Amino acid sequence: MRPFALVQRWLFRLGRDEELPIVLSQRRIFIVPSAAGLLYAAVLLVMAVGAINYNLSLGHALIFLLAGLGLVGMVHTFNNLFGLRLLPAPCAAVFAGETARFPLLVENPRRLSRRALEFAFTGQPAAILDLAAGSSATVAIPFVASRRGRLDPGRITLSTRYPLGLFRAWSYPHPPFSCLVYPRPLRTPLPAASSGQQTDSRHGVNGREDFAGLRTRQISDPTRHIAWRAVARRTDDQPLLVKQFAGGASDELWLDWSLTPADADPELRLSILAGWLQIAEERHLPYGLSLPGSHFPPALGDAQRRRCLRALALFGTSEAAGDD
Amino acid sequence: MTTRSAAADLEHGATPWLLVAALATTAPHVEHLPTWLSLLTGGALAWRTWLWHRRGRLPHRAWLALLVAACLGGIGWQYRTLFGRDAGVALLVVFMALKPLEMGSRRDALVVVMLGYFLLLTHYFYSQSIPTGGWLLLATGWLTATLIRLYGGAQPLPQIARQALVLLAQSLPFMLVLYLLFPRISGPLWGLPQDAHAGLSGLSDRLAPGSISHLIQSGAIAFRSHFVGEVPEHASLYWRGPVFDEYDGLTWRARSAPAGERPVPPAIDASAPAQAYTTILEAHNQRWLLALDMPTTLPADSAFGFGLEVLAREPLRARARFGFSSVLAYRVNQRESPAVLQRALRLPAQINPRARALAASWQALPPERIAEAALTLFRRENFVYTLRPPLLGANAMDDFLFVTRSGFCEHYASAFVFLMRAAGVPARVVAGYQGGEINPVDGYLTVRQSDAHAWSEIWLAGQGWVRVDPTAAVAPSRVEQGIAAALPDGDPLPVVVRLDADWARQLRNRWEAANNAWNQWVLGYNPQRQREVLSRLGLRQPDWQEMTAALAIFSALTLAAVTWWTLPRGRRRDPVERAWQGFCAGLARHGINRPAWEGPLDFAGRVAREKPELAALAAAAASQYAELRYGLADAGQLQHLQECVRRIPKPRRRTI
Repeated sequence: MRPFALVQRWLFRLGRDEELPIVLSQRRIFIVPSAAGLLYAAVLLVMAVGAINYNLSLGHALIFLLAGLGLVGMVHTFNNLFGLRLLPAPCAAVFAGETARFPLLVENPRRLSRRALEFAFTGQPAAILDLAAGSSATVAIPFVASRRGRLDPGRITLSTRYPLGLFRAWSYPHPPFSCLVYPRPLRTPLPAASSGQQTDSRHGVNGREDFAGLRTRQISDPTRHIAWRAVARRTDDQPLLVKQFAGGASDELWLDWSLTPADADPELRLSILAGWLQIAEERHLPYGLSLPGSHFPPALGDAQRRRCLRALALFGTSEAAGDD
Repeated sequence: MTTRSAAADLEHGATPWLLVAALATTAPHVEHLPTWLSLLTGGALAWRTWLWHRRGRLPHRAWLALLVAACLGGIGWQYRTLFGRDAGVALLVVFMALKPLEMGSRRDALVVVMLGYFLLLTHYFYSQSIPTGGWLLLATGWLTATLIRLYGGAQPLPQIARQALVLLAQSLPFMLVLYLLFPRISGPLWGLPQDAHAGLSGLSDRLAPGSISHLIQSGAIAFRSHFVGEVPEHASLYWRGPVFDEYDGLTWRARSAPAGERPVPPAIDASAPAQAYTTILEAHNQRWLLALDMPTTLPADSAFGFGLEVLAREPLRARARFGFSSVLAYRVNQRESPAVLQRALRLPAQINPRARALAASWQALPPERIAEAALTLFRRENFVYTLRPPLLGANAMDDFLFVTRSGFCEHYASAFVFLMRAAGVPARVVAGYQGGEINPVDGYLTVRQSDAHAWSEIWLAGQGWVRVDPTAAVAPSRVEQGIAAALPDGDPLPVVVRLDADWARQLRNRWEAANNAWNQWVLGYNPQRQREVLSRLGLRQPDWQEMTAALAIFSALTLAAVTWWTLPRGRRRDPVERAWQGFCAGLARHGINRPAWEGPLDFAGRVAREKPELAALAAAAASQYAELRYGLADAGQLQHLQECVRRIPKPRRRTI
């Protein structure tokens, strides 16, 4: 490991916080002059030269007062973080592309109000919180979820410049946060419902037995369903048509991995499944989900939705293997 | 609690804070800025305020650049330079006025605040009085509040003001420590610009009719003296300034030192004990120090001049303290060098024939009688003491002695010296101050410019130089009571001198005593004073290393104290938590301790197993607490929980 990284690890104690709540002690708070603080110091220096040169006693007094003000500002900036207690709460799952908001309960057990606390994950926008003395509040720290799966937002940078902006104090709390990110839904027409309970997941997918009609092709339709003959009859550049097949007696909607184009990117296939799921939810159609390795029998409701979306989110990850 | 999004943009609500800050830090400069610059500053700030009000767009940078360039040109034309004190201040004011017009981000706002802090310093170039200090303290508070507004978001004004006050109050100890211990360097670090000492007033190095009566219009303080013993009576308070022995028919001048000749210390034959006193002399940009006649002990770095006046090595450019002792009854220089006496007889040829003739008629008399005759002339012949004498012609002394017969002290002193010289008695004109007023608040004798005076000195064999004040012959009250009593009511005297009302006089005395303390302890705190204070603190002859060490130690102590004082503590536990802790403590007396990690319902379950008689109570308390803490509960339920605490039975004494 490079020496700089070692120093950083030692200084900032990288790694998750295991003990909750996280209490911001002096060991965890760092403070350095901000750019504004450096400017302030430079201005004071120039003023001091002027006061000495022109023998301005009151000028000396002003400069000393301002120097004291800077030091007092430092103490107050430090105090603004000191003694805060942080307790993470579970984060609501989001779809990829949305912003996950990690709720953090911030307790201010001291008789001092806090202002302008900035919470941000690395490279993410900040949330700002003001806290009255002795109160607590939950701040939702944003993280733009770009990829599906289990999102680990990493450590929080909790920083503040209040009251004077001359110093920046910060801390790196790293609560055990995680958020489930569902695949970004891609809305394509639902597959046809089919009958019967599957016994074999690899085969016997609904809706491939009885021809029911034609419709325009969607990206999720397998190529082998394209009605080439019907297409050939048409002369102009109209969209391709696919054959639709009707299911059996009891119509069951199965959102099946194998119904998605086999040659597409797995992420795209998951997106298609998530899109179907969303449409089924909207239409209150009971649906089942069939993924290589896991099956969820048709049902409707919040539990089903979460179960299925979770399976989609974690598909192919190590966490999914341990599930169910 | 509030949440808001982060933004480096300047909030709309923060702008007025910055505009007021800009106004507060530039406004006092109106007094000495050219009018066009003051108008421009006011206009720019008003324009920015209007833009803020209308939420209008800020002007394009190119326009601002043009405006700045125009202002630079204007300042360069006005002051003939862009450097130096006054032009520099004007530049800063221009920047402060124009910067808000391109203020879009918090960084721009920060520049305005820093510029404001810098501008505060520049006011001290012109005045370091108590009102200036007070105004600038307010402005410092406002600038600090502006920073709090910038970095703390919108808050009610009183809250920001309180926070700013708290911060400033906590920085006061630092200021005190730094003020006392920071090694003082006596400036300047480099050559001061030409305009650094403009506008100092006081006695001039020449005396012409009108020069003192002009000075007397000012109520400004010339110096203050504090006597160790009792203050001598008014009539004997002659403070010697420049001594003039060259006359060209119009103006008296001090003679320039002849090459190779150095003043000899005077031979003083004291006939009374010396009086010790300290003088705090205002800067007058001249070398003389205004000692009471006749000084026997001089301050360091000063010496007697040719006319027995005390001269400092350098012109006095800043207010300073001097310690003297003087004898008021004395004979000085009973033997005088012929060169000095020769010079004290010289007169320009041919002018003032009538005065010469009069003097010639006295020549047969002994010198004392000649002086007596001249004084009798002034006393008998309807001479008038007035600030507004008629103009005199080419033969000024003739006109004054025989025609106008009204004049001020400089007329009487010069006429007297002219007559003496014409009659063969060595004489010279002495300028200085006469009298002073005791301020009962602090016991200091205050001497103002309006106490400026001119008198004469003649040399008599066996007696040395003897002071003769011809003004006293005309207006005895001038010397006995002061200028206000001696002048007719219509003469223009400064208001402070003419105060009649008791309360006004008292108010003025208090104000001047406060100023005196301010001058001595705040403004007059120089390297010398610092050494005095430090030696009182036990640091004898500290060098800069010791002072730096002391400074570091005291600063660290202050920082530790402020940190300790402001450390957020005194946990304000919420009442629910307190009641629950009380309940657990009550059960602990029954031998059931709740570890910190045990939840309330688990704890109640354990109580039910271990002390079944308390099971109901514990279950009730636990569910109340859980409801209050984690559910939706109203304040009424807190009372139930508190009730549970009260109902815990007293544990039975165990018998051994």
